[in-house]
Amino acid sequence: MEENVNIKRLLAKTLILLALLTFGLIPLIKDDLGKVSLYNLFVPGRYRFPYGENPDQSFNMSLFNLEANFASHEVSDQRNSSNEFRVFLIGDSSVWGTLLKPEETLAGQLNNLGMHMPDGTPIRFFNLGYPTLSLAKDLLFLEESLEFQPDLIIWLLTLESFPDDKQLTSPIVSHNYHKFSSLINHYDIDLNSDDEVFSETTYWDQTLIGQQRNLADIFRLQFYGVMWGITGIDQHYPQDYEAAKRNFEEDTTFHDWDKGDIISDDLAYHLLNSGYKIAGKTPILLVNEPILISSGMNSDLRYNYYYPIWAYDQYRQNMQELSKENGWYYQDLWNLIAEEEFTNTAIHFTPKGVGILSERISEMIMEQIGKQPLN
Amino acid sequence: MSFQEIAILILISLLLGLLIRRGHRENLLLVSSMVFIYWLQPGMSLRYLSFWLPTATLCLTMISWAITAQPEIRKKSKNIWTSVLIIIFVIGAGLVRYLDLGELLGFLHPPRLGQIFLFLIAVMGFFLILLNTKRISSGALWGFFSGLIFIFIIIKTPYLSQQASAVWRTLAGQSAALARTEEIRWLGFSYLAFRILHTIRDRQSGRLPDITLREYMIYIIFFPSFIAGPIDRVQNFIKDICQTTSTYQEDVIKGGERLIVGLFKKFVIADSLSIIALNNQNAIQANSTLGSWILLYSFSLQIFFDFSGYTDIAIGLGNLLNIHLPENFKQPYLKPNLTQFWNNWHITLTNWFRTYFFYPLSRTMRKSRRYSAFMILMISQISTMILVGLWHGVTESFVIWGLWHGLGLLVQNRWSSFAKSKIVQLEESFFLKGAINVIGIFFTFHYVTLGWIWFVLPEPSQGWIFIKSLFGAA
Repeated sequence: MEENVNIKRLLAKTLILLALLTFGLIPLIKDDLGKVSLYNLFVPGRYRFPYGENPDQSFNMSLFNLEANFASHEVSDQRNSSNEFRVFLIGDSSVWGTLLKPEETLAGQLNNLGMHMPDGTPIRFFNLGYPTLSLAKDLLFLEESLEFQPDLIIWLLTLESFPDDKQLTSPIVSHNYHKFSSLINHYDIDLNSDDEVFSETTYWDQTLIGQQRNLADIFRLQFYGVMWGITGIDQHYPQDYEAAKRNFEEDTTFHDWDKGDIISDDLAYHLLNSGYKIAGKTPILLVNEPILISSGMNSDLRYNYYYPIWAYDQYRQNMQELSKENGWYYQDLWNLIAEEEFTNTAIHFTPKGVGILSERISEMIMEQIGKQPLN
Repeated sequence: MSFQEIAILILISLLLGLLIRRGHRENLLLVSSMVFIYWLQPGMSLRYLSFWLPTATLCLTMISWAITAQPEIRKKSKNIWTSVLIIIFVIGAGLVRYLDLGELLGFLHPPRLGQIFLFLIAVMGFFLILLNTKRISSGALWGFFSGLIFIFIIIKTPYLSQQASAVWRTLAGQSAALARTEEIRWLGFSYLAFRILHTIRDRQSGRLPDITLREYMIYIIFFPSFIAGPIDRVQNFIKDICQTTSTYQEDVIKGGERLIVGLFKKFVIADSLSIIALNNQNAIQANSTLGSWILLYSFSLQIFFDFSGYTDIAIGLGNLLNIHLPENFKQPYLKPNLTQFWNNWHITLTNWFRTYFFYPLSRTMRKSRRYSAFMILMISQISTMILVGLWHGVTESFVIWGLWHGLGLLVQNRWSSFAKSKIVQLEESFFLKGAINVIGIFFTFHYVTLGWIWFVLPEPSQGWIFIKSLFGAA
């Protein structure tokens, strides 16, 4: 070791280097950091977005960087985009496929049907579901997905995504404050961009130190991507799970409402119109996704854990009226799947249940193609 | 150890590094090491054991000093003061039970003070008898030696460990039916045992220097190297305890460099690689040959960066405290043959086995004149490597891992003897010499890497299936 090392100079140099790294990298990590990815390059893109709380077993993890979510998805691989008719499925965990293998999800089963356009172009479905119930979250994903050239968007909905108070509480929405507030301003969406769930990012948040969690998440996501490539596993499937509730208390409440209330004023139906605005010329098909209709105790009061009968029926009625009024293409498939084909919640299906839904959606698409070319 | 724990160790070492230069060097090193062995001891579901195990570490160390020290050293009064300091420390730790210190020292879980007193009276009584014994017999030394090996076997054998856990549970009034394998986690016992065995053997051979109880305690439980080595020789360690050899500024710079390297290796490289490294679960999930190789290479690199990262951290912490610990890894994966790999991988462990098992065994066999040179080499090399395997755990897989390396060393030794003259001729060409070296590195790395399969997968049958998957045969 050199005898004449000056510790003060060493400390000064260290501080300068630290400052350079902390502040000098801001332009690099500010916007496009999440787009740097091994996926679709060295490891295959994921069939669905990264999501999970058990990374050691599922080789998957949740992260809030929207670009990183998309960069890890097969939708980002656009090498064949001009040779296929690209259908994006947007929605909640029922689309994402909780407890389902990638090939058993709605997108997976629709792809297995091997559908083609009349001119022979293959129809390819992409699973862009994300396990959070919020229309605002759906808008965020919808807007981001447009970069990847969809030809058709199928947006699967359920009442639980509609209440106003559910819109901004989704962590992925609140962590993407800048993106969502610009969406609000650009499309004049009736949501408050000053809502307290959005913590305004500071200059410090943009530095290397402020971004350390984000960086670590993106870094780990790449490693889990290698495991995804090696094993094809992207979810932990417990051997046993608690089945969705079939018997209920004598309870008719839905959030803060009770039987006799009018809920439509507090549901974010307007976000569906915003979705159409954001999608522009890309057609959107709206689908009210199937729910568990229980035959258990107090099933004369509630369909399931989420929905009392009065509220859900009101919602269905509203959706029918609004779709006519706004000219939306809308299908109400609420009772398509039998009670026994649900797994751990009232909106999660068995592979067989998904099969029934995928058959129905494929018919819907072909019917629509027959009426009016979608591409 | 977590990053937070290491960060605390670094901060305290920085402070201690300053303080020890102002006096009380040995006392500060001893007390800090005692604090850390209690603090770092993992919590266990076995009642009071997280208190008793570090206490046993201290008591075993005291007794091992008493049986290895020369009579004239044993009688020095400062040893009595050191033993009193240790006793006071243990009682102080036991008092935590009666103080409402919450999470600060909640990890200790001491038993009732009466039990601690009874235990300490017994230990001190035995210790004082040893201090006043004129001559410790060779039988006593061997007895203590065997006792340590016995404890080691119990801890490292899954079945015996579970039985011991059941016995402890019964004694502590817990359900024996809930006893699990490897439930007894004795922090640093492997390294503790190696250091004590080293001093016993050196005492028997007359090579052990005269050291006080305090110096001996610091040597055995020195906190930077207590958990993952390196295993320094007492002769080298003592020199550093006795005198300050460099300035604080020099130590901070030198130690800081090693710590940065070590932390990067451990928490960035090794922890990232651990996501894609071979383990019991993913060995059966890989769906391609390439995938299996990626898992295996990742494990091979992960274990190196993890272990050598810990060593760097230990050496860096040692530097902050002006104690110079030996190197443990010197680019082992870049060595052209298996002998050189083992000369540069976990160097202090290899040296320990070489000094206290390989050389004595081969010497004894040579003296008996009943074995050929080849037999001596084969038996010594294979049994040494099997012992190294068993040190990691008494299981079939570790035996196979040891056998894998023992046979590898034997074959490499024979091959080197056979090909030496031919290779010397080839090495006259600079290009060929380089090529031979690269080929050697390639084969050695892959041999070692394939060996890790037995190390990481608990069942040999699983290892065999994985090997087949590497060659597309599974």
